[in-house]
Amino acid sequence: MEMCQMRVQAFEYKQSLFREGTLDAQFTQLQQLQDESNPDFVAEVVSLFFEDSEKILNDLTRALEQKCIDFKKIDANVHQLKGSSSSVGAQKVKNACITFRNCCEEQNIEGCFTCLQLVKQEYLLVKNKLETLLRMEQQILAAGGAVPMIE
Amino acid sequence: MNLGGQGAKSMAGDGVSDLFPVGLRVLVVDDDPTCLMILEKMLQNCLYEVTKCNRAEIALSILRENKNGFDVVISDVHMPDMDGFKLLEHIGLEMDLPVIMMSADDSKDVVMKGVTHGACDYLIKPVRIEALRNIWQHVVRKRKNEWKDVEQSGSIEDGERQQKQLEDAEFSSSGNEGNWRSSKRRKDEDDQGEDRDDTSSLKKPRVVWSVELHQQFVAAVNQLGIDKAVPKKILELMNVPGLTRENVASHLQLFPNVPYRGTHNYSHFVQKYRLYLRRLSGVSQHQSGLNNSFMGPSDPTFGSISSLNGLDLQALAATGQLPAQSLAMLQAASLGRSPNKSGISMPFMDQRNLFSFENPKLRSREGQQPQMSNNSTSKQVNLLHGIPTNMNMQPNPHGSQSSSLMNMQMSQPQSRPVIFNDTGANQISRLPSSIAQPNLSNGMPSGVVLARDGSNSVSQASTMVDFSVHPNTDFQGNSFPLPTNNSRVSIITSKGLLQEDGINSDMKGSRGFPPSYDIFGDLQQHKTQDWELQNVGLTFDASSHSKTQGSINVPPSVLVNHGFSSSQNNVQNRSTSVGKVMFSVGEQSGHGNVQSMGQQLDSVLDCNSLRVKAENLPEASGQNMLFHGQFSQEDLMSALLKQQEGLGVASNDYFFDGFPLDNLPV
Repeated sequence: MEMCQMRVQAFEYKQSLFREGTLDAQFTQLQQLQDESNPDFVAEVVSLFFEDSEKILNDLTRALEQKCIDFKKIDANVHQLKGSSSSVGAQKVKNACITFRNCCEEQNIEGCFTCLQLVKQEYLLVKNKLETLLRMEQQILAAGGAVPMIE
Repeated sequence: MNLGGQGAKSMAGDGVSDLFPVGLRVLVVDDDPTCLMILEKMLQNCLYEVTKCNRAEIALSILRENKNGFDVVISDVHMPDMDGFKLLEHIGLEMDLPVIMMSADDSKDVVMKGVTHGACDYLIKPVRIEALRNIWQHVVRKRKNEWKDVEQSGSIEDGERQQKQLEDAEFSSSGNEGNWRSSKRRKDEDDQGEDRDDTSSLKKPRVVWSVELHQQFVAAVNQLGIDKAVPKKILELMNVPGLTRENVASHLQLFPNVPYRGTHNYSHFVQKYRLYLRRLSGVSQHQSGLNNSFMGPSDPTFGSISSLNGLDLQALAATGQLPAQSLAMLQAASLGRSPNKSGISMPFMDQRNLFSFENPKLRSREGQQPQMSNNSTSKQVNLLHGIPTNMNMQPNPHGSQSSSLMNMQMSQPQSRPVIFNDTGANQISRLPSSIAQPNLSNGMPSGVVLARDGSNSVSQASTMVDFSVHPNTDFQGNSFPLPTNNSRVSIITSKGLLQEDGINSDMKGSRGFPPSYDIFGDLQQHKTQDWELQNVGLTFDASSHSKTQGSINVPPSVLVNHGFSSSQNNVQNRSTSVGKVMFSVGEQSGHGNVQSMGQQLDSVLDCNSLRVKAENLPEASGQNMLFHGQFSQEDLMSALLKQQEGLGVASNDYFFDGFPLDNLPV
């Protein structure tokens, strides 16, 4: 694909992610941190995010399956997920976490289950989209181009 | 990033390198790997030197191993192994580094908790790089405050040295003058063979005055009667192996016969005490021919203070109401503050003379006694008036205490009388026992006055003050609610001091932390003695403090703040006395800071290697001693002292006996 095309495509894709709220300004911060000394920074952070999130989601699933639900623990986990998702700019995941925390506070089991599902869903979506975006950008970089940034 | 080019750095007026904040050494602690990585990158982009850590314990050990290796710490609030606030407290106590908290949680109470625990700042996640660019301001601010403290304390040191020499002479002559009142309140339950915390490991042979030991001491004094409570006899009565007359003598200095029932308003107490000391010094000088230090810089206030204060203190002490705590408090206060810039160099010893034993002298001097007695609540003992946080203590080997006390007196013209508890002490006729009282009524169980020697070494006083926590902790205003411990000393947190006029400025500056801290929360677990925890309690949040009976909110920063950064003490030694670590600070803090600033860049390499290792080590050093438990009194003392002085803390040097502060009048 031609460089120009690749860049436009990547740009537009990224823009759509921002528009729909999947990503927020924090993601731009991450991208701005990337530089020559650390060309894979965003990719590294994002994969770290994925790893960590999956672990948390598994913990959450297990926690909700317990007979005796430990809301505190669940809340702590959700809190962490909220922190990491907000740090990478995964806005929808973060919002889902906020809702989840509210359910925890209310000790609403049903609500927690629902929230967990929601969080998982949002997570999978953002994972998918980020992987796509990063792949596109990697291709650009590999081809010698510069990744288009959204201001 | 490489800061090797630091050769270019030069020290600006505030000791900051020209390249500053480039190379700022940041330790970032967060259990979330994603955030950690992002923060690291952001900080690197700010040209800071970053060390990351995902466990609070590891962070602590890194910091302990490398006391001067970092300039600022950024920590997450929610961490699995240790609560971020606890870490904050530990750091504040041990190292006196600025700590920035961060969290995804932006609820007001969490932020408030950060503030109350002494965090310099609170960042909400997701953290933007812009927020990180400015963190250097916290470092500069803290340093500035410390330097200020150092300056103030500097002048005292010389005088203190002199004083020290005279100390022995003083004691012997003043021995008979001690006005120790037996205090019925204080029970003498200690066994004779009470072990002392490690003294041998201290640089100077110091006795750690544990609560038990102090009680033995008090009992001995009471038994002897004020007039006869000379160090030698006290020593005999106490019958503690290894204790020397000199130990007793220095400890005795702390209690100028002021019955102290626990003051809540530590700062007041400290101020009064200082004033008292000053007066005493004036008196004592006359009498004992001491020329030094206490009066040090020809502080005019001495003369005036001595008569009144001396009396008060003595009377109070005599009644036994003023336990070590008050003394300690006073000392701390005095240490903490440099009364006047002139620097009272009075070494601790002098103070002793001033206070306690000079009843006869004082009496003769002044007719103030009668006045004092009548006035129980009025400012009789302005001992702690204006306890300076920094004491301008000169490098007094003897102990900053004395000088601090002196300072206290000297510097503050404040008229707040320290009211020692004089409930019923008729001796108090001389001195209103008020000293101890009112101020602390708020619930400061006992204020430990940690006077911080300007020179930063509280260390000068080798005796530790035992802090026993009083049941009534409520401190007003500045007071920190301390867990009350029926036994003993409540430590007057520097907070009290802080609020004092004179002190506040110093202390605040240096501390930069709000008053309540949960300093020794962790200690509690280990404490072998009640007092340990109690003392520690100064900085605890009631809730968090397991032992706390009351809630003590002592800002950790208070305790430790100051000298840690430069202090070399180091946790390393401690197996028995945790305190040490904290306190070497006193000595170094002032100076250390400057040096450390300069060395920051130099230490880059060290940090780098440290960093590498640190990350690999699960628990890098065993130095968690402080927190895990053995907070010896020394530690506490030093912490307190540190706080007070706002300087580096000289931990080992200053030992406070805890004494209940609840009687100090506000």
